Amino acid sequence: MLEYTPKEMIKRDSGGMINPAKTCQPVGAMYAALGIHSCLPHSHGSQGCCSFHRMHLTRHFRDPIMASTSSFTEGASVFGGGANLKTSIKNVFAIYNPDVIAIHTTCLSETIGDDIPTAIRQSEIPEGKVVFHANTPSYQGSHITGFSNMTNAMVTYFSETKLADGKKEKFVNIIPGFVNPADMREIKRLTEEMGIKYIMFPDTSGVVDSPMTGKFEMYPSGGTTIPELKKTGDAKFTISLGRFASQMAAESLEKKCKIPFVSLKEPIGIKATDEFLMALRGAFATEIPESLECERGQLVDVMTDTHFHFHGKKVAIFGDPDVVTAMTEFCLSLGMLPVHVLTGTPGGALGSGLGGFEQEVKAMLNEAGVCGNVKAAGDLFTLHQWIKNEPVDLLIGNTYGKYIARAEDIPFVRFGFPILDRAIHPYMPVTGYRGALRLIEQISDALLDRCDRDAADEDFELVM
Amino acid sequence: MAITEEKLGEVLGVYPEKVLVNRRRHIVLKEPDTETAQQIEANTRTLPGIITNRGCAFAGCKGVVVGPIKDMVHIVHGPVGCAFYTWGTRRNKAKAGDDGKNYVNYCFTTDMQESDVVFGGEKKLAKLIDEAVAIFHPNAISIAATCPVGLIGDDIGAVARAAEERHGIQVLAFQCEGYKGVSQSAGHHIANNMLMDKVIGNSDVETCDEPYAVNLLGEYNIGGDGWEIARILKDIGYHVVCVMTGDGSYEDMKLAHTADLNLVQCHRSINYIAEMLEIKYGTPWLKVNFIGIKSTCDSLRAMAAYFGNKDLMQKTEEIIARELARIQPVIDQYRKVCEGKTAFCFVGGSRGHHYQGLFSEIGIETVLAGYEFAHRDDYEGRLVIPTIKKDADSKNIPDLHVEADPKRFRIKIAPERLAKLKEKFPFNEYKGLIVDMKEGTIVVDDLNHFETEEFIKILHPDIVSSGIKDKYVIQKMGIPSKQLHSYDYSGPYSGFNGAVIFARDISMSFASPTWNYIVPPWKNQPFLNATINGGDQ
Ligand code: SF4
Ligand code: SF4
Repeated sequence: MLEYTPKEMIKRDSGGMINPAKTCQPVGAMYAALGIHSCLPHSHGSQGCCSFHRMHLTRHFRDPIMASTSSFTEGASVFGGGANLKTSIKNVFAIYNPDVIAIHTTCLSETIGDDIPTAIRQSEIPEGKVVFHANTPSYQGSHITGFSNMTNAMVTYFSETKLADGKKEKFVNIIPGFVNPADMREIKRLTEEMGIKYIMFPDTSGVVDSPMTGKFEMYPSGGTTIPELKKTGDAKFTISLGRFASQMAAESLEKKCKIPFVSLKEPIGIKATDEFLMALRGAFATEIPESLECERGQLVDVMTDTHFHFHGKKVAIFGDPDVVTAMTEFCLSLGMLPVHVLTGTPGGALGSGLGGFEQEVKAMLNEAGVCGNVKAAGDLFTLHQWIKNEPVDLLIGNTYGKYIARAEDIPFVRFGFPILDRAIHPYMPVTGYRGALRLIEQISDALLDRCDRDAADEDFELVM
Repeated sequence: MAITEEKLGEVLGVYPEKVLVNRRRHIVLKEPDTETAQQIEANTRTLPGIITNRGCAFAGCKGVVVGPIKDMVHIVHGPVGCAFYTWGTRRNKAKAGDDGKNYVNYCFTTDMQESDVVFGGEKKLAKLIDEAVAIFHPNAISIAATCPVGLIGDDIGAVARAAEERHGIQVLAFQCEGYKGVSQSAGHHIANNMLMDKVIGNSDVETCDEPYAVNLLGEYNIGGDGWEIARILKDIGYHVVCVMTGDGSYEDMKLAHTADLNLVQCHRSINYIAEMLEIKYGTPWLKVNFIGIKSTCDSLRAMAAYFGNKDLMQKTEEIIARELARIQPVIDQYRKVCEGKTAFCFVGGSRGHHYQGLFSEIGIETVLAGYEFAHRDDYEGRLVIPTIKKDADSKNIPDLHVEADPKRFRIKIAPERLAKLKEKFPFNEYKGLIVDMKEGTIVVDDLNHFETEEFIKILHPDIVSSGIKDKYVIQKMGIPSKQLHSYDYSGPYSGFNGAVIFARDISMSFASPTWNYIVPPWKNQPFLNATINGGDQ
């Protein structure tokens, strides 16, 4: 497996990727758009992109992922895709009847320079229906950038201030970031336990994890509604979870409707969950309820009881920047040593909130006295080479890590997006205290199964 | 229940006028058997806004045809996405050959950034080629262009030529931008034309020393299909020169001109190569189908008849008898579970037809079939090829014209004998899907989401075979769905062993107890009764 990846670090300066650790903007935009109720994402470009994006999301969620496409041909590529977009809007409303169409662009329509707002303005849009868009050029950033751009468009198109004189209503906007529906649901549950009202956007719970009923619902019950999106402009404040995926929208909302925001890590692991609850507590002067304190206590109990399973173990973590940062922090709080941390998403100054993946992770490692490799805009070829030079006890990342795990015979915990070879992940949160328990279960299982596998008969333990 | 013209009108009535007119031409209600197939529209644009299963030319070129060639490094020139989605997603299995080279688990892309789109990406591409050669030492390299490449005017052909000079290996540049043509099919053409032009015959080897040398064309080794076919062929005594392209290698492909016969599995993606190979080298082709027991046997018998050797024919019959004795009893068991059921069979460009025989061998009748990206000849047979008019979208896929190779062309079978064989077997011939469909069934080209849902509601199939994008739509309706692009990660489904695995998988999808839980027990039990039975009052 991957025999051609040499141990010797080779200087590569082409800027090309070998085994990428990111994908393109539109797929993230499509996922974000699914978090609006009764919304059909529309891919403005050739049909191939839409097909690929639906395919990948479907494989991760194992649920219908509906989206339409402008189906460009060579003519549209030469003369512009405005006509295709107008025809699409007409056909989509007539045939598929969503309440909302969320258009995202592709590298093709971006290279041509199609003017989407004008095309929307010139389209026939039935009464009560909405069309909005986000520019998502695939040659910038990654799928996380696309998610961020589409989430931001929800603010720029819909958020409005209804209350006069800077008055605010007592609820919080929560922007959950690019996580699974179960994570969004868990974050909502934590907020509800706190007794705090909220609007979450986007919210894919109930959309891409819809139940089996014997009937296909093109627009399942979940998703943020347009009235809710409008109302986000009257919130007391906004919590952005994950800088890369969420902060841009929070900043726009601050600018547009004067809603202050805090930008937090994705609440994965104990510290980040603490911070999330503390932020809610501070803003609403509400005590953390018994129930959550108990959940936290249980988590600490397990962490302590099992610390010897993972303390001092070297781990490599890769995936999307927001979840990787939080996961790194959690591994540190378990006493593990994250010696290789990598994201494919560029960590540069691409708009707001996107700077400093490397700085942030390095700071965490330094504080813990761990010396490790950290890279943004990296690829899995690099990660694999790092691992060959400094082997690890555990690999954490999305499905694509399985090649490296097999090549180097390393225990592997699947985490992040996409997970194409195991089901259930979208249904089980990794956020909050309970999510942290699940992560401990997965990490311990992986490490201990390996111990069992490798133990000589005489060393094979019943109790561990 | 069959679909009548009237019923069809009702269903399509939802469509805006233009869509209605367009879609009606892509649907055929099969009339009583006639000599000629009914006409259908195919290989034309999908209308904007329609939720189609189709992909793009890039997907057809890099994803389907070129990607599986194992001893080459395939570089996708474009933003990261196109490369990412075609990395490991198509299950074209490959084992390294004698030279140990197999790069199918790697994914290479120039990962174009904004500055590359503005200033051009040629330099970056050239550098990445250099790195790939330095690290991986492939036998050859491919470059696949994605949408923006053509628009910004990167000359990938020039980059390829320069790289060939630097490295002394072939670098093939495929201009398969996603907007070309109307589906993956355009990409198959672009890919195959280049392989025909630049790779096949690019060798000093003049003849094949092995007897009964064949090429297996249009077989992509999904789930190991090609390996099961190879097992059978080897047992009988054939020598496979090259496979295009599943588990195929660049090195073997160079020798394709030395084969005595070309076997065409997927007509759609490769029939024109088969034709060109005949013109250039004199090698006839046979339309085979290794999906289904009868089709496999028919194909093997036709092959044996072609070579006309008594021992070979006898060996063929022995192997068929041996395999049937082994698998038939097992299939019969599964058939009990499946008997009397009906299926939809909508797959790429060949399988919508290929699988119908296998379905019927386990007792399932196909009531609706169609292709995602086929042309009219795949539906109506090769007779229509001369009558198909080129439209704007097909015009931009360059045709390749070949002539007889003065040195290498040889008559491989006496024309009279071939003519005789043609009476019985499909040499240089394919009759298409429609003639094999029963009266009252329905044929749909480029079936879309709306129609899938509606036809399911009317016809209530017991199983729908299609792809990943509609799999869960179908299953939400309580109907098992079998992916016939990826086989739901099972397979092989070809040949004799494949038939058993297919029968097992299909019967499993019916027999699974999980379907019984869709309706919760309280749904059909009145609340009052439940309380009384519980003895509370
Ligand atoms: S349509 Fe273009 S951008 Fe999209 S996947 Fe195909 S080649 Fe890539
Ligand atoms: S990189 Fe561009 S062309 Fe390729 S899939 Fe993404 S949007 Fe489509």
